[in-house]
Amino acid sequence: MPEENKNNEMKVVEDLTQSEYKWGFVTDIEEEEFPIGLNEEIIRKISAKKEEPEWMTEWRLKAFRYWKTMEEPHWGKVKFPKIDYQALRYFAAPKQKPQYESLDEVDPELLETFEKLGIPLEEQKVLAGVAVDAVFDSVSVATTFQETLAEKGIIFCPISEAIKNYPDLVKKYMGSVVPYTDNYYAALNSAVFSDGSFAYIPKGVRCPMELSTYFRINAINTGQFERTLIIADDDSYVSYLEGCTAPMRDENQLHAAVVELIALENAEIKYSTVQNWYPGDKDGKGGIYNLVTKRGACRGNNSKISWTQVETGSAVTWKYPGCILQGDNSVGEFYSVAVTNNHQQADTGTKMIHIGKNTKSTIISKGISAGKSDNSYRGLVKVTKNATGARNFSQCDSMLMGNQCGAHTFPYLEIDNDTAIVEHEATTSKVSEDQIFYLNQRGIATEDAVNMIVNGFCKEVFKELPMEFAVEAQKLLAISLEGSVG
Amino acid sequence: MIEIKNLHANVEGKEILQGINLKVNAGEIHAIMGPNGSGKSTLANVLAGHEGYEVTEGSVSFNGKDLLDMAPEDRAREGLFLAFQYPVEIPGISNATFLQTALNEIRKYNGQPELSPKEFLDLIKEKSEILNMDSSLLSRAVNQGFSGGEKKRNEILQMLTINPKLAILDETDSGLDIDALKIVSQGVNAFRSDDNAVIVVTHYQRLLDYIVPDFVHVLFHGKIIKSGNKDLALELEEKGYDWLTKGSLETQNV
Repeated sequence: MPEENKNNEMKVVEDLTQSEYKWGFVTDIEEEEFPIGLNEEIIRKISAKKEEPEWMTEWRLKAFRYWKTMEEPHWGKVKFPKIDYQALRYFAAPKQKPQYESLDEVDPELLETFEKLGIPLEEQKVLAGVAVDAVFDSVSVATTFQETLAEKGIIFCPISEAIKNYPDLVKKYMGSVVPYTDNYYAALNSAVFSDGSFAYIPKGVRCPMELSTYFRINAINTGQFERTLIIADDDSYVSYLEGCTAPMRDENQLHAAVVELIALENAEIKYSTVQNWYPGDKDGKGGIYNLVTKRGACRGNNSKISWTQVETGSAVTWKYPGCILQGDNSVGEFYSVAVTNNHQQADTGTKMIHIGKNTKSTIISKGISAGKSDNSYRGLVKVTKNATGARNFSQCDSMLMGNQCGAHTFPYLEIDNDTAIVEHEATTSKVSEDQIFYLNQRGIATEDAVNMIVNGFCKEVFKELPMEFAVEAQKLLAISLEGSVG
Repeated sequence: MIEIKNLHANVEGKEILQGINLKVNAGEIHAIMGPNGSGKSTLANVLAGHEGYEVTEGSVSFNGKDLLDMAPEDRAREGLFLAFQYPVEIPGISNATFLQTALNEIRKYNGQPELSPKEFLDLIKEKSEILNMDSSLLSRAVNQGFSGGEKKRNEILQMLTINPKLAILDETDSGLDIDALKIVSQGVNAFRSDDNAVIVVTHYQRLLDYIVPDFVHVLFHGKIIKSGNKDLALELEEKGYDWLTKGSLETQNV
């Protein structure tokens, strides 16, 4: 290629990768904050603030004591400055804890924030039929559709309420998929988790709407420790959506959530995420650290758990939503699009643990790297000794834009049963100039051409998303990659 | 329609086009023939605006506008269409979506309203019939898993749907069996009118039995060394290129 064209290309790549984060803003709402730092006193205070029963306080303290014995892990293909856990603030909640009859009573400024985030609660009520349990920082402030759900016996509430109102369910299942001993961040979360969502779908109930939570980090120096627990009882079905954006700021923010899913006999859980946290500026300054533990247990026979994620944000993404396939004939699925641009780093993938007989798992991972970013797929497929007839299919595709980014694939296979059939396919491609020229020649401008090619690349994952999320995901992708032609 | 004057172009520093002069009027079909490496495909790509080619000299006027000054997508929107020799695959994007996007982009540029999905489907159905194309090709990803013949037919379908002012067919006949060749030619003949023009780039005379050109030009070493009417193609078929190219070399050596 002539030198001049090469330079042109570089310029286009630069222009494209420098689109700025469009969702950055900070809302002035009075927040109640705890002092900076972490000790047993703080944990007791968090627990007391949330009026938790003694067993919960004890569980937090056990987790904290265990966490103190652990060391921060460093095996991921991600680099970030050492986090000073004593410099973080572990609790912040909007001061007016509201108990509203209708949205009219909600602080208008808060509603405005939701508007900016594109969460028109009213509209969603009417149009989409989505019940939104909106988490504003740490405390849930708006819950809708409770009545419709209650009619079916479905529980959908902040986990802080579940601890008080449904202690038996919480005691039985919390920590049963991700114990506090699981890893450093899970232990920390167990000690200090602020709030999150709880859902229980009773036997034989098909949840009539998508359950949805929007997260937003909005207090300086507040580590965000969400805790989500979803239980689908026998023969039930639920689809859960998680989506988020965060305001722009310079300091790095830690997000160490834990999500646990439990599917009993013949139950199905579909968990979809669109993640667009602040990725830092184009020089790599600022941005969210997203160090999350997400895991589902297919406890019952014929149960199914499906993870779909579209990750476009965060400075560092380090997570492996996985499935423990305990029940016979249970099914685990993982569909992922991870986009990194500028200096973003992502080390993400899944763990599929086959324990029951005739268990099946499918992994479709699409990584898109642009700018100077690093994008890794890391996935474990483990077939245990008694998992006769296990099947896995994995497909990991990477797409590169420009020549300063990296894409890596780390598949781990541990097969202890020789009836297992495990397939792994991996490809790496570039958005080719020929493709762009072809679309140009049909009247489609370069930026639209790139979006089209990238959307095509991600199609297998997008089609797993609920409709409204798929549209949002495509927009996010276009915004994240504005200008990234290679 | 298009007037090419003294066009010189390089690829990776090597001069491929060495002074092309060509004028095509509305209503005309021009065939450009020549042996391998003579610069036929380069000419097609340079006109379409491929970045890999550097124009070093000359001018191209397209309906009174400076073609070389336009981005590739604007050349397309102004009515220049290239049927590719090797159409690329776009995984995950359906042929119909792609073509609808393309058509509406071009219409928007020209101040025309976008077609509704229904209008688009009616149009594309009508055009597919001319080419005996199975409608399943519309829902498949662009060119993915298409046979060589299907890809070429797909190019002609795009041409018919977009309805450009000037269509350049870059070796559209290569890799086609006789039946496919007839169908593709049928498409081109359905397209031609007094208001548009076609440049057919081809290696073989065979295609010109079906798409009858008004003019035939022989390209060699980046220059048009001979022009004539359709009989020139038959002469080439009979005698090969040697009698022309030898002469050309001798002339050059003088």
